[in-house]
Amino acid sequence: MTIIRLHARGLSKTFTLHTQGGTTLPVFEDIDLQVRSGECVCLHGPSGAGKSTLLRSLYANYKPQSGSVMVQHDGEIVDITAAEPWKVVEIRRFTIGYVSQFLRVIPRVPVLDVVAEPAITNGRSVEEAHAAARTLLTRLRIPERLWSLAPATFSGGEQQRVNIARSFIVAYPILLLDEPTASLDAENRKTVIELICEAKVRGAAVVGIFHDAEVRDAVADRLFEIRSTHREPTEIPCKPVPDLPTIEAVA
Amino acid sequence: MSAVRKLQQRPVLLEVSGVSKSYGGQVGCLDVSFSIRPGEVLGIVGESGSGKSTLLACLSGRLQPDTGSIIYDMKDRGPVDMLLLSEPERRRLARTDWGIVHQNPRDGLRMDVSAGGNVGERPMAIGARHYGNIRAEAQDWLQKVEIDLTRTDDKPRTFSGGMQQRLQIARNLVTKPRLVFMDEPTGGLDVSVQARLLDLLRGLVRELGIAAIIVTHDLAVVRLLADRLMVMQRGRVIEEGLTDQVLDDPHHPYTQLLVSSILQV
Repeated sequence: MTIIRLHARGLSKTFTLHTQGGTTLPVFEDIDLQVRSGECVCLHGPSGAGKSTLLRSLYANYKPQSGSVMVQHDGEIVDITAAEPWKVVEIRRFTIGYVSQFLRVIPRVPVLDVVAEPAITNGRSVEEAHAAARTLLTRLRIPERLWSLAPATFSGGEQQRVNIARSFIVAYPILLLDEPTASLDAENRKTVIELICEAKVRGAAVVGIFHDAEVRDAVADRLFEIRSTHREPTEIPCKPVPDLPTIEAVA
Repeated sequence: MSAVRKLQQRPVLLEVSGVSKSYGGQVGCLDVSFSIRPGEVLGIVGESGSGKSTLLACLSGRLQPDTGSIIYDMKDRGPVDMLLLSEPERRRLARTDWGIVHQNPRDGLRMDVSAGGNVGERPMAIGARHYGNIRAEAQDWLQKVEIDLTRTDDKPRTFSGGMQQRLQIARNLVTKPRLVFMDEPTGGLDVSVQARLLDLLRGLVRELGIAAIIVTHDLAVVRLLADRLMVMQRGRVIEEGLTDQVLDDPHHPYTQLLVSSILQV
C-alpha cells in the first residue's frame, strides 16, 4: 500500500514580462502529476520545456495561473498554491525539502551551521543537528578542515554538496531535486544516489530533474514528460513501482 | 514536536486593517492591511517615498493614522485596538512588549550613557532593581551581539557605526519583546558587518520566537531575513506573498522592474 504524498492537478503556468513589452511566455498547461510515497518521478524534456518551472511551482516558489498542488502535511491535505504564507513556511519546514541548483545562504556562516540550520529550525538540539551535519558532510566528502569555513569560496561541486547535505538533514516526506548531481564527480554522484534511495526506502516521495542518465536510471521509477504547452504531457513508464511500506507502516 | 512550536497554534499577534495616512494632499500610506503571527518576519520594500517609513511609524505608535485599525494581542489583556489606547499605555507597551530599531542608531541609543547602561535601562524600566543581575544580563547581551566586554562602561559615542547598531539591537531585545520594528537595520553598514548582523538577527528571531517587521530597500537582505514580503509603491501595497515567491516570480510590473534592477556582484 502506498499513499499519494503530492498531487498536482490542472497546473498551468504563464509568465508575463511587463518590463519587456508585456510579452507572455506560456510554459505548461493542465499538468497532472501524482507522486506516491517511496516513488521517484523524473521530470523529463528538452532544455526550456519547463521542468524547473514545474518543480518550483510544486514548492510554491512560482505562482501557477491555475490548478492546485495538494500535499500531505501533518495528517491533512493542503493545497500549497492556495495556502497562506505562514502555512507554506510550515510546510517547507516540515514536509517539503527542495534542493536548488545553487546554494544561497547568509555570507560568513560556517558550513557546519549552514547544514545544521534546517534541523535546528525543526526543533532538534544544536548538538544533535551538528552531529547529523558532520555525518552528512563526511558522506559527501567535504573535508573536515572546511567545516568551519563559509561556503562562498568553495568550488561549484562543493557548494552543491553542502546544498544537498542541508536538504537531507531533515527527513522530509517530499523531496524536490533540481539537478542535484549536475557538477559532481562519479564518487559523489554515487553518494547522492544512495541518499535518494535511502529517502525512498523511508517512504519519501521524490520529484527530480536528472540530466545524468546514470543517476536517472538508478533512482527514477518513471519519467514524466513535459512538452510545449499545447500538447498533452505523456507518461512513460520506466520501471515498475515497487510496493514500498508507508512511513506509518515502517514506524 | 519539541522546542519549536508550530505557527498554526499561534494566534495572530498584530492585525492591521485599512491603515491610511496622508500629509495634507500628499499620500503617506493608503489602505494597508495585513496580519502577523509570532515567529514571523515580514519585510516591507519599495523605493524611497513609497510610504514604508510612514507605515512603520503608524504601526509602532509614533504617528496617528487617519483611518484604519491596528489590533495588537496584548500579553495580559488580549486583542486591543492600539489607536484607542492612551498615550501612557502605548508608551508602556512600546517599552515592554515591543522593540524599535531605528535606521540611525543615534535615534535609538542614549549617547551619554554607557553601553551597559543602554542595555540595562530597559529591564530597569520594567522593574528590575538588582544591580548585579542587570549588569550580568547587559553583559550577556553585549556578548550575544559581539561587543567586547571591556567596552561595557564606554559610551556609544566612542563606538563605530556597526557597533552602535549592534548595541541598539541588544538594547531592544534584552526585554524579550514580542514584536520588533526595524527601519533599515543594516543600512549604512559595511557589508562584512551586515552579514554578521543578518545571521545574528535570524538566530535571535528563531531562538526567541519574536515577530519582526523590517523596512528596507535592500532585496538581498529581505530574501535572507524575511518569510513574507510586501512591496509598496506610492503608498499602496501592490504585491505581497512569500518572500521568494515575490522575488522569483513577481507579477506586478513595478515589482518586476524592482527585481530586474538588482545589480549582480
